[in-house]
Amino acid sequence: MAIQKLDEVEFGVDLPTFVPDTSLAITTKFAKLIGWDAPRFTDHEAAKKEGLAGAMVPGILSQGYLVAMIHNWAPVAEVLVVDTVFRAPVIADEAHRINGVVTDIDEDECKVEIDLTVANEKGETRVFGTATVKLPR
Amino acid sequence: MDADIEEIRGKFLNHDFDEKQFAIEPETTIEYARLCGETADRFLNTDHEEFQAPPTFVTSLSGSRMLPKGFPRFGIGMDAGKGIECLKPIRPGSIVTGKTHLHDIYTKTGRSGRMIFVVTRIEFYDSEGNHLANSDSRMVMKERS
Repeated sequence: MAIQKLDEVEFGVDLPTFVPDTSLAITTKFAKLIGWDAPRFTDHEAAKKEGLAGAMVPGILSQGYLVAMIHNWAPVAEVLVVDTVFRAPVIADEAHRINGVVTDIDEDECKVEIDLTVANEKGETRVFGTATVKLPR
Repeated sequence: MDADIEEIRGKFLNHDFDEKQFAIEPETTIEYARLCGETADRFLNTDHEEFQAPPTFVTSLSGSRMLPKGFPRFGIGMDAGKGIECLKPIRPGSIVTGKTHLHDIYTKTGRSGRMIFVVTRIEFYDSEGNHLANSDSRMVMKERS
């Protein structure tokens, strides 16, 4: 059930796991949309020649996935801050899962803090971040 | 803090070194939202009364330069992360101005030597001068030995 109000949020609760579409077709479209159409983002073989495991998902798309996950959980959430650390490449066409947990609730300011991770199928964290969102009372 | 870092902080922090205008196109922000997996209508539907660019959209807007002229080259820069702060919605169909400055410079030292972190911040404003958002890019440079 989608979260609509602050008092529906519980400290420590896990957000529903979000499975982003990391297919090369999607990530290539995104890379071209933002002008990052270097082969390491659009072509597995070209990326491997650069020493990568495959074409990379642009870091800012991973950040976009995190926010999409928050809105999937709470469509009315107003995202105030997102800070993201790119620990290792997210490789296109590999399955990833995004997990989130509520780490703080400020009832006076109606703000919720969430820790977020993007992990691959081996459970390795590739991206982690924190977000602060505002919800209606 | 190391003396050389203290010196470049004094010389480079908080001085605008770039200004650029960006046309926020609705087709682009909608496609951006869709590819991220957004489902909230206010990012996807131009008829929504609160139609706006997705919060992370500003991260895709780059200034003309990442570092100010004369900034020392410690080594090859790598992307260490991104941050955004949303103050007001970015409205598609508008023009926004991005003003860039260095927001922070710091170091971490490990077994492989000193790493220099530089946070470049773009502040976005609408045509009336309202501060809309900040976009931080964190770059790390491993010092040449």
